[in-house]
Amino acid sequence: MTESTALYDIPGPHARRRHLLYGIASTVVILALAGWFLYLLFDTEQFTSTKWSPFLYEGIQELLLKGLGNTLKAFAYASVLSLALGAVLAAGRLSEHRVLRWTSTLFVEFFRAMPVLVMIFFIFVALKVQPLPALVAGLTLYNGSVLAEVFRTGVHAVARGQGEAAYALGMRKTQVMTYVLVPQAVRAMLPAIISQLVVALKDTSLGFLITYEEFLHAGKLIASNLDYDLPFIPVVLVIAPIYIGMCMLLSWFATWVARRERRSPKTKAVDVAPADPGTLLPGAQ
Amino acid sequence: MDVLTDNFSLYAEGFFGTVELTVYSSALALVLGFVMASFRVAPVGSFRVFGAVWVAVLRNTPLTLLFFAVMLGLPRFGLVLPFEVFAVLALGCYTSAFICEVLRSGINTVPRGQGEAARSLGMSFSQTLGAVVLPQAFRTVIPPIGSTLIALAKNSAIAGAFSVTELLGTYKTLSELGYNIVWTFVWIAVGYLIITLTISAIFHFLEKRWGVAR
Repeated sequence: MTESTALYDIPGPHARRRHLLYGIASTVVILALAGWFLYLLFDTEQFTSTKWSPFLYEGIQELLLKGLGNTLKAFAYASVLSLALGAVLAAGRLSEHRVLRWTSTLFVEFFRAMPVLVMIFFIFVALKVQPLPALVAGLTLYNGSVLAEVFRTGVHAVARGQGEAAYALGMRKTQVMTYVLVPQAVRAMLPAIISQLVVALKDTSLGFLITYEEFLHAGKLIASNLDYDLPFIPVVLVIAPIYIGMCMLLSWFATWVARRERRSPKTKAVDVAPADPGTLLPGAQ
Repeated sequence: MDVLTDNFSLYAEGFFGTVELTVYSSALALVLGFVMASFRVAPVGSFRVFGAVWVAVLRNTPLTLLFFAVMLGLPRFGLVLPFEVFAVLALGCYTSAFICEVLRSGINTVPRGQGEAARSLGMSFSQTLGAVVLPQAFRTVIPPIGSTLIALAKNSAIAGAFSVTELLGTYKTLSELGYNIVWTFVWIAVGYLIITLTISAIFHFLEKRWGVAR
């Protein structure tokens, strides 16, 4: 709130009354919209017991849980592998050997410019890989490339004096990197890294499109069941909050880490990145 | 090579489908994102809450889930529109949350003195925002808006899986026709590279023309 107060005066009694009026009016409009939506749900008979009964069966609960487990499995593999790939690519981009630097730059720029889905489909259709490895490989290539940029930005964000002081002490480049620059860079970039993992978690739902049996796939199976009168809306109403909740938790964690790192004395020589996924134009330095 | 030359019209159709999807959704996302950003800095509490909820929910929704819900869910309420319109709606709303955050952080980079000076001249909220703060914020948000729109162009590939004509979807027809699947994908990749690099070039140009680093 403190940043935006410069945009308007601190409201007096008159303006406060007017704002209250606006507030009430807009709340009424929003509530009316929500009510209309609820009415539509009732009107199209989304709350009949037949449509909700499938969630009572243990088999279906297990199906959903298995789907959720598969989603989390893909997320775990993809995040670990993309962190590793990101580290390797960042090391390549920061290398002093020209060939290494150019290859990793080309790699990073190409996979950042490509839609994840194209890679996943390519691996799945053209290379005829199973759905899970295809999904994980696609996510790893994309998120690894983005994370490489995040790591590199982090290393460059550390105050110059840090690296210079380390070199002056007679450290080698590897030592400067591992003892001085990377620990500070990782601290500074941790919020951005976690936010990128949120992107990976969201993108695991792309597995749905290559018939990987993840959460959305389980939902689709239940939704297309004629016995329960095609309970599509109930399924969405169950699945969406869980999905969004998981991502929100991780996003909040990123924001919390950002606030914590900003206070930490260990980030004095570096600016902590905001908790946003990497946004850098291709080709930008 | 003959994959491209034999099926040029198919590729062109898919390519322009993606371009069309990107352009329309970008327009929707920019407008909605602008509205939401002004909600988020508004003096009225309920507007701020609405903007914050909009951003928090949409930023944390998997786009596939959103497509799933919009494409297959809205027809249940008797709302039957062409798939393209649904795709534009889903993509536009999803991206608007990111645009909103970019604009808001752009507004926050404008020094407070600017807003205060505008206020002391007697300008209203909309005048302060429209004539003083936003023109300056615009200069700092060019690169992040560019990368958000590139992400939008890439995300439009998901629409292809929900039976909208676009570039990635062409692979299905081509593999049924028996063409080499690897080369099919190479040309699809080239198509996407053309689109993303064009957007990137446009925004680099805008950045050079108007951009100010803060």
